[in-house]
Amino acid sequence: MAHFDENPLGPHLPLDPLPGHSSLGRLERVLRRGEFAVTAELNPPDSANPEDVYERAAIFDGWVDGINAVDASGANCHMSSVGICALLTRMGYAPIMQIACRDKNRIAIQGDVLGAAAMGVCNIMCLTGDGVQAGDQPGAKPVFDLDCMSLLETVRIMRDNAKFLSGRKLTTPPKVFLGAAINPFAPPYDFRPYRLAKKIEAGAQFVQSQYCFDVPMFREYMKKVRDLGLHEKCYILVGVGPMASAKTAKWIRSNVPGIHIPDQIIARLEGAQDQKKEGKQLCIDIINEVKEIEGVSGIHVMAYRQEEYVAEIVHESGVLKGRKPWTREPNPVDSLVAERLEEARAGKEQNQQEMAEIAAHHPH
Amino acid sequence: MADPKPGNAAPAKKAATGAYTPAGVSPNRRARHKYTVRLWAVRHSRFFEWFYNRFAAAFLLLHPVWKLFGYERVERPITFVERHVKGFLFDCRMCGQCALSSTGMSCPMNCPKQLRNGPCGGVRANGNCEVEPDMPCVWVQAWKGSQNMVNGNAIMNVQKPVNQSLRETSSWLRVTAEAAAARETAGRDA
Repeated sequence: MAHFDENPLGPHLPLDPLPGHSSLGRLERVLRRGEFAVTAELNPPDSANPEDVYERAAIFDGWVDGINAVDASGANCHMSSVGICALLTRMGYAPIMQIACRDKNRIAIQGDVLGAAAMGVCNIMCLTGDGVQAGDQPGAKPVFDLDCMSLLETVRIMRDNAKFLSGRKLTTPPKVFLGAAINPFAPPYDFRPYRLAKKIEAGAQFVQSQYCFDVPMFREYMKKVRDLGLHEKCYILVGVGPMASAKTAKWIRSNVPGIHIPDQIIARLEGAQDQKKEGKQLCIDIINEVKEIEGVSGIHVMAYRQEEYVAEIVHESGVLKGRKPWTREPNPVDSLVAERLEEARAGKEQNQQEMAEIAAHHPH
Repeated sequence: MADPKPGNAAPAKKAATGAYTPAGVSPNRRARHKYTVRLWAVRHSRFFEWFYNRFAAAFLLLHPVWKLFGYERVERPITFVERHVKGFLFDCRMCGQCALSSTGMSCPMNCPKQLRNGPCGGVRANGNCEVEPDMPCVWVQAWKGSQNMVNGNAIMNVQKPVNQSLRETSSWLRVTAEAAAARETAGRDA
């Protein structure tokens, strides 16, 4: 039987519309049903081979509800998020397309939103983007024509009012579930909850947070968020991820902007026999702590270059509670086709009449 | 090259190779060494808010004068004055659509990402900018400035994207012309 979040006519097709849902996608359904959602980040390939994308997505199969297609994260060049999403939607995955304001102006962005929605992208995540200085091409021109807030508003206007930012009409608006990012771990700390309120006002329906290593700090933030009643207007997914070693953690802390790693985390990693295993355990421990915080609707696992551990982390933390997210099952006809092709290649005579008879009266 | 700036992986890597990198280079502009006046203006945001309200009222009173000469004709000298006064006080970038009263008197166009709606996620723990490690984050300052202001809550408003075609034009005159037009329509309706 097909998964209940799958169009019976094909996994790549949009789902039936449901009342109160703004997209035809799986992620929104999972969140609105009140289930604990899991999303992961796909490491974008530096190649033009679609198989690279499929392989990297297959690792998450059956463990995540959405796959983030990053838009040149850290200002490093990779396959574009539009391209990754085009490939993923063909296979029926539920990609979350990230759009960073760093590389595209409002004309390009609005065009991409329409193109992506036409290809079946149901989730769009609006980001400001890292500065170009952080990446492999620091000489590039930073665009930043919109910021994440005006980008959210732009896409919301396109969806709800069926209009471009200029006011020109759209014949079919993009049906997308809108996301944004939060970072509770960077100053000005007391402004951060209000910034989330602004993002919700601009159109954010779900947010994914930056890596959470400081649970007490996050708890403090969530308390403020609950006081403002924001957790009822928006689904909050906490960013988590394994650290490969204490050395990596230290490097990230001093070289990647916006990631806050407390000293005791590094001390815990340093003190471990097997740092990689400890990093994974630490991630599971953090998941178990944050999932209990009121207002948290899911986790976003960022296991950069350790994607193979995502399944293990999700399984061991038990956040899915036995639920099985959609997984890509091979088409039952595929094996038959492969067999026939093999026969044709071997030069075996095929009786067309007989095969037509079978196809007509004994369908699969 | 002096010490590589912490927090920027790529420039630090380049510096480690020993290749020549000119000092104070940033992808957006030559980094400034002092932000004294700008920071002072933020610390006195309440005074500037009060002063600007008086100033805007005076400008509106002069509306018949601007109209007599024609807004197009006074545009150039006023823009000149505005650029230099605001340039000195706030490091104004002449975006032509001033948001200072909504941003705690800290000009958001000084942010390397030109964010007009709040800080990005890259702010350093010491409150400095991710892109320019020596510069205090414009939005950390804006939040502080807005806390001193009577109408500081304006920082919660979602700002529209910048209209790039209004660059290098006078924000003072536009606000005055709009206020005068609003006053006239209100007068006509009454």
